[in-house]
Amino acid sequence: MLSQIKTLWTVFVHLFKRNETVQYPEEMPYQAPRYRGRIILTRDPDGEERCVACNLCAVACPVDCIALQKTEKEEDGRWYPEFFRINFSRCIMCGMCEEACPTYAIQLTPDFELCEFDRDNMVYEKEHLLIDGTGKYPDYSFWHVAGKTITGKDKGEAQNENKPEDVRSLLP
Amino acid sequence: MNLSFFLFYISAAVAITTAIMAVTRKNASHALIYLVVTLLSIAVIFFLLGAPFAAALEIVIYAGAIVVLFLFVVMMLNLGRSSVARESQWLRPGMWVLPAILSGVLFIVFGYTVLQTENSAMIEGQVVPPKEVGTVLFHEYLLGVELAGVLLLAALVGAFHLGRRYLEERREN
Amino acid sequence: MFFENINWSYVLILPLIGGALGGALVLVWWERRLLGFFQDRLGPNRVGWFGILQSLADAIKLITKDDWVPPFGDRVLFILAPIIVAGAMLMAYAVLPLGPGLIIADSNIAILWILAMSSLAVYGVLLAGLASNNKYSLLGGLRSVAQMVTYEVFMGLSLLGVVMLTGSFSLRDVVHAQEDMWFCIPQCVGLVIFLIAGLAESHRLPFDLPEAEHELTAGFHTEYSGMKFALIMAAEYLSLILISALIVVLFFGGWLGPKFLPSELLSGIVWYGLKVVLVINFFILLRAAIPRPRYDQLMSLGWKILLPLSLLNILITGAILLGTQ
Repeated sequence: MLSQIKTLWTVFVHLFKRNETVQYPEEMPYQAPRYRGRIILTRDPDGEERCVACNLCAVACPVDCIALQKTEKEEDGRWYPEFFRINFSRCIMCGMCEEACPTYAIQLTPDFELCEFDRDNMVYEKEHLLIDGTGKYPDYSFWHVAGKTITGKDKGEAQNENKPEDVRSLLP
Repeated sequence: MNLSFFLFYISAAVAITTAIMAVTRKNASHALIYLVVTLLSIAVIFFLLGAPFAAALEIVIYAGAIVVLFLFVVMMLNLGRSSVARESQWLRPGMWVLPAILSGVLFIVFGYTVLQTENSAMIEGQVVPPKEVGTVLFHEYLLGVELAGVLLLAALVGAFHLGRRYLEERREN
Repeated sequence: MFFENINWSYVLILPLIGGALGGALVLVWWERRLLGFFQDRLGPNRVGWFGILQSLADAIKLITKDDWVPPFGDRVLFILAPIIVAGAMLMAYAVLPLGPGLIIADSNIAILWILAMSSLAVYGVLLAGLASNNKYSLLGGLRSVAQMVTYEVFMGLSLLGVVMLTGSFSLRDVVHAQEDMWFCIPQCVGLVIFLIAGLAESHRLPFDLPEAEHELTAGFHTEYSGMKFALIMAAEYLSLILISALIVVLFFGGWLGPKFLPSELLSGIVWYGLKVVLVINFFILLRAAIPRPRYDQLMSLGWKILLPLSLLNILITGAILLGTQ
């Protein structure tokens, strides 16, 4: 009996406590920068597409919602996606693609409002996904850190680049 | 000829019709619903005769408790088509002709005595408030009330005894 | 004749039915809102001013919904059941005083009448469970019958103390007898028993075993939809209002204000309304706080604690009355 009365009192006191409810459409809840929402494709600081069409994101995706096709640039042979398609009606916002991406091209944003009346509108093409900015890693450019051989220039001959280490010289 | 006159005949007609329906229904739950309506119309007649206390008790005890328990049992038994078929077997003319004749004889005797006594067709009467009922019960009929109480106590003890034996048997198993 | 007891105040019938049903509608919203506050939420606040039109929106939805009658059940009884529940509950309002002189039928058996009507409401629940021909409905119906028949006993017995102190079954006399002291003080045991029995009679949480949604989906009204369901819900809220008003009339002095305040501070009907709203809020608090007991716990609470307690209450009240006379 006493415990019932104590319960009643505890619940009654909650009448005067602050409500936890967030009035969503009017009042946005706080979204952490690393919240996993809508997926974007970013560009590097030079304004080029970061994506190198390596297909790792498509492999990592547990629900197979990413589809892309590789093509090459004529002038330097760098890879880039010919098309890049994410089906958001399948996407579970797990962030595996972001983890798999070697160039920080694919990133998840705090935007979670992905509602459409038509299911077809949930399929995002490259022009919908690609943004103008660099996303979460403003200074990172994959081609400055790693790259493919350029004609007439061997490994270690580029600007600000050391010679590759001869592993045998490290022997004691 | 006033309003309560009409109300009496309406509720009496309802009571008789539903009583007949209660006897002739094959579905037990339907029969019990008709029985409830019979009891309610009898309660209305009590009201009209100036016994509101008896009317309320009729509803509370008969309609509200006893028939509810009947219905409760009917629900527990899960009566289906087979029981309806059995009921219709019981309602063959051979089964009800003799009781009907006997009741008809009783009805004629009853009607005769009612017609013999004078001033028996009074619908209006003195309103008996609950307090008066209590006073009469505990003065003139004190012995009867006490005896009924003892009887009910015996029934209660008996029910308790039966229930306890059943519980003990179940505990042993 | 009992017609003499009914005065000109049948005019009250329509406003009372309208007010009670409107009150039930508002109560649905208010309960959800208050439950929200108790649980640190907001509750429905979108439709209309602070969400007050939520019930109206729900009602429109229920009217336009498909009113399905199960083909495997008993059609007539299925349709009859909600009518019986709501009808019996509305009938009970006939003897409920709303204020000094505001009463439809000032009957001298008012308390018995209310008990009779609440016992008739059992049929609605029972037939709903029986006619649905569904195991959850049947179990809910069985439970509710056992619960209501059991708790009706204590409801009646707990009121006997009040009736003894008043010397009448009339609710107006009950209020007038409380001019010196409200019955919640001499009849505090009766009040607690009546409160518990009233909860059980109106299937309010914590005693909502007939519809216990975690075990029986929705108990006796599992198969109901549309307006039939709305009628059952309305009857439930009507019985909540009825029980609250009865508690106020029987134990908290009805339309009488507290003695230590000047009597002309507020009019009787305002006092009455205030007290009823307070009691309703207390019922909602009970719903928010107390978990549902198990079925056998409910039964043993009834027969092993409340029955001896209410009998003792009657015995002691009677002894004191005899001693002081």
